[in-house]
Amino acid sequence: MSRWLPRIYLTLVYILIYVPIVVLVVFSFNESRTGYSWGGLGLRWYESLFDNRAMVGAMWNSLWLALSAATVSTVIGALTALALHRYRFRGKKLLNGMLFVVMMSPEIVLAISLLALFLLVGLQLGYVSLLLAHVTFCLPFVVITVMARLSGFDESLPEAARDLGASDFTMTRTVLIPVIMPALLAGWLLGFTLSLDDVVVSTFVSGPGYEILPLRIYSMVRVGLKPEVNALGTLLLVFSLVMLMLSQWILIRSKR
Amino acid sequence: MHSVMQQPFKTAVLILVWGWLLFLVFVPNLLVVGASVMTRDPATFLSLPLNLDAYRQLFDPLYLEVFLHSLYMAAMTTLVCLLIGYPFAWALSKVGKQRQLVLIFLLIVPFWTNSLVRTYALKLILATNGLLNSALMSIGLIDEPLQLLYTEGAVIIGLVYLLLPFMILPLYSVFEDLRQELLLASHDLGAGRLSTFIHVIVPLTLPGVLAGVMLVLLPAMGLFFVPDILGGSRNLLVGNVIKNQFLDARNWPFGAAASIVLTVTMAFLMFAHRLSKRRLGEEGGS
Repeated sequence: MSRWLPRIYLTLVYILIYVPIVVLVVFSFNESRTGYSWGGLGLRWYESLFDNRAMVGAMWNSLWLALSAATVSTVIGALTALALHRYRFRGKKLLNGMLFVVMMSPEIVLAISLLALFLLVGLQLGYVSLLLAHVTFCLPFVVITVMARLSGFDESLPEAARDLGASDFTMTRTVLIPVIMPALLAGWLLGFTLSLDDVVVSTFVSGPGYEILPLRIYSMVRVGLKPEVNALGTLLLVFSLVMLMLSQWILIRSKR
Repeated sequence: MHSVMQQPFKTAVLILVWGWLLFLVFVPNLLVVGASVMTRDPATFLSLPLNLDAYRQLFDPLYLEVFLHSLYMAAMTTLVCLLIGYPFAWALSKVGKQRQLVLIFLLIVPFWTNSLVRTYALKLILATNGLLNSALMSIGLIDEPLQLLYTEGAVIIGLVYLLLPFMILPLYSVFEDLRQELLLASHDLGAGRLSTFIHVIVPLTLPGVLAGVMLVLLPAMGLFFVPDILGGSRNLLVGNVIKNQFLDARNWPFGAAASIVLTVTMAFLMFAHRLSKRRLGEEGGS
C-alpha cells in the first residue's frame, strides 16, 4: 500500500463528516424564505430565533437543566470513583458492573423504566424528573473519567496524609480532590453536553410545564424544514466547540 | 479493619451511590419486566392478570415485520460503520502522534454537537429539492430529482452519520495496541499480506470490532428520532415501536416486552465481547 492511499481515505471520510455541518452553518446565514434556495447573506433567522419567546425560554430551561445535571452527577460520580478506587467493600464488582450496564443500555430502555418509576411514585413530570433521569445517564461517564485519572496516581500521597493524622475526609479534601480536578472538569463538561443533547430520555420524562431545547427542536424538524433550526444549530455548534476546546485545554495543561 | 463508625465518609458515599442505582436503575428495570407480563389497561396503564400476551404479540406478523426491518437497518448501519471505520482506524493509527491528536479531536467534535441538528442537516442535503439533487441535476447526471429522503437508505445514512465515531474509537484503540513486531514476525514466517491480515490482524482486533458493534448496533435500534426525521412512516426502528406503545397507543405491556428484546440483545453482545477478550487473553498470554 502506498503512503498516500490512507491519507486520501482519511481526508475523504472527514469531508463526508463535515459537509452536513458546513451546509448547516452556511444556510443559517441564508436570507431566503424557503429552506433550499440561496437568497443572499443575512442574519434573518438568528433574529427570528431570538424573537421566538418559547424558544428562548426552552433554551434557558435546557441550560439550567444541563448545569444542574452535570453538577449533581459530577459530585456523585466523583465520590463513587473515589470509593471504588480506595475502598474494598462487598459488591464492588456488582457496582462496577451496574455502572457499565447503565452506560451500555440503549437510552430508550432507561427512558421507559424511569417513566414507569415516576408514574408509580406519582412524581409530576418536569424539572425534577428530568434532573433525576439526566444524572442517571451521566453518572457512569463521570465515574470512568475520574477513575482513569485516579488509576495513574501515586498511592503514597494519601498514605502519607494518613500517617500525618489526616482523617479520610480531610485527606480526600486536601489530597485527592486537587489531583482529580481536571477529571472533574472533563466529567462535568461531558455531563453538560450529554444532558444538552439528549432527546430520547427527555421525550419520556419531561412534562408540559418544562419545555427543553432538544424537544423543541424535535417538534420543529419532524415536519418539513425550519430555517431557524440552522441558526440554532450553528449557535449550539459554536457553544459545543468552545466547551470542547476548554476541556481539552484543561486536560492538556494538567498533564504538564 | 475500620468499623462503620470510624468511616462515616465511606459509608455515606456507598449509601448514596447504591441508593441511587437501586432506586433509579434496578427498581425501574424490575418495573419494566413486571409491566411486560401484565395486562393492558386504558385507565391505569396496567392491570392483572399476569400473562405472556405481550411476548406473543412480538411474533404477530405485522410487528414481526417491523422488528425484522428494524434489525436489518441496524445491521446494515453496523456493517457500513465497520466497513468505513475499520480501514479508517487502521489509517489513523499509522499517522504521526501529533497529527493523530488533532484528527481524533476532529472526529469527536461532531459527537459533541447536537445530534438532532446533525440529523436535520442531512435532511437539507437529501431532500427532493435539496442540495444533492440540485447538484446532480446541475451537472446533468439526472433529469429528475431522486427520492432520497423518507427511504430506508436515508435512515441508514442518518444512523451511520451519528454512530460512526462509536465504531472508530474502540477500533482505533485496538490498532494502537497492535504490536508491530507481531506483523513483522508473521511476515518473517512467510505469511503473505492476506494471510497476515486473516490470521493475525483480524483476531487481534476482534475485541475492538465487537465493542464497536455493541456501541453501534444497540443505538441503531433505539434512536427513534432518526426515522422520524429522515425515514417517513414505513422505516421504523424498535425504538419507534416502543415509543409509540408508551406514549401514543398506551399499550405498556407490549412496549415493555419490546424493550426487553433490546436488553436481551445487549446482554448477548456484552457476553460475546467478554468472551472474545478472554480468548484473546488466553492465546496471547499477555
